[in-house]
Amino acid sequence: MIAGLTWLLAFQVLGEVVVRVLDVTVPGPVAGMLLLFVFLRLRRYGDDGSIVRAGTALLRHLQLFFVPAGVGIVVYLAVLRDHALPIAAAVLGSWLIGLVVVGWTAVGLERLLGKPRDDLGAGPHGAGEAA
Amino acid sequence: MRDDLLDLARSPLALLLVTLVGYQAGRWLQARTGGHALAQPVLPAIGAAALAITVLDVDYADYRSATELIAFWLGPATVALAIPLHRQADRLKGFVVPLLVAIVAGAVTSIVTAVLIARALGADEVLEKTLATKAATTPVAIALTQSLGGIPPLAAVFAIGIGIVSAVIAPATLNLLRIRDRRARGLAVGAVSHGIGASRMLREDETEGAFAGLGMGLSALAISLLVPLLALVLF
Repeated sequence: MIAGLTWLLAFQVLGEVVVRVLDVTVPGPVAGMLLLFVFLRLRRYGDDGSIVRAGTALLRHLQLFFVPAGVGIVVYLAVLRDHALPIAAAVLGSWLIGLVVVGWTAVGLERLLGKPRDDLGAGPHGAGEAA
Repeated sequence: MRDDLLDLARSPLALLLVTLVGYQAGRWLQARTGGHALAQPVLPAIGAAALAITVLDVDYADYRSATELIAFWLGPATVALAIPLHRQADRLKGFVVPLLVAIVAGAVTSIVTAVLIARALGADEVLEKTLATKAATTPVAIALTQSLGGIPPLAAVFAIGIGIVSAVIAPATLNLLRIRDRRARGLAVGAVSHGIGASRMLREDETEGAFAGLGMGLSALAISLLVPLLALVLF
């Protein structure tokens, strides 16, 4: 467990170093995630290694770790109330448009490349025909 | 209440305990409801801690430093998101190009539409910056909003909120949109509503869950890279 955590912290520090050296606004842990991903691919890292065990244990409780940030909402209740309409419309509208764009782009390109899939079953009209 | 007991109630020890008890209560609720989408452990945890500091009259800054022990692990846990990405990388055959194009298009759309809709309805710039990151997974949204000059706790709330909405209505919406490839379904949900949406897709179907996880990870990367660039144009 400690070995795995050491690796995760090392990649986080490495990510912070890269972000500072390149002077980009990507968060350090995200750069660390990218570096760890490359490392895991290159090493063909197995499921029983210490990094996977420690990381999986952390990810199981990911929600706990952003509770302290989330509690900050008590400071901003007035902002939420005063801007309820723009916030709700931006969050929901942007979510829906994003879902449409990602879904239709992926499906459309699959069709262009000639590899469409219909996993839900096409019913009586025959399989394989994307609706 | 006696003053020394009140001091104890406001101590880092007690505030940590309240946070953990709230989280455990949330986990219990999640198990009791069979993993209902609305039963996210983060909600009772935030509720319990927010109630405690309001009643005890503790400054948020003091609560924040008291719970640094918990918040610290957000960084290593974000790094660990590489693990599910790594484990799903083998499912990509024949889907790499659609996936990458869709993720980039989705990231641009999520950022730009959130900012423009908010602006059209009269939000100020700080709020727009806070909304820009809401499609990224919460730890990334928090970090990114910080570096952009938005309000990190609100970014956390937006990200969690949209995750829950998505967990409830995403499968039906995908059916309406006639998206029938499970890889595309998972990808779309993960890209716009990260971990909470992904956990719902995992309950629907293993492939959908795996691609939602992949969509979440790649989308977090794309949004991290694109937000600073788009910020130059948008703000």
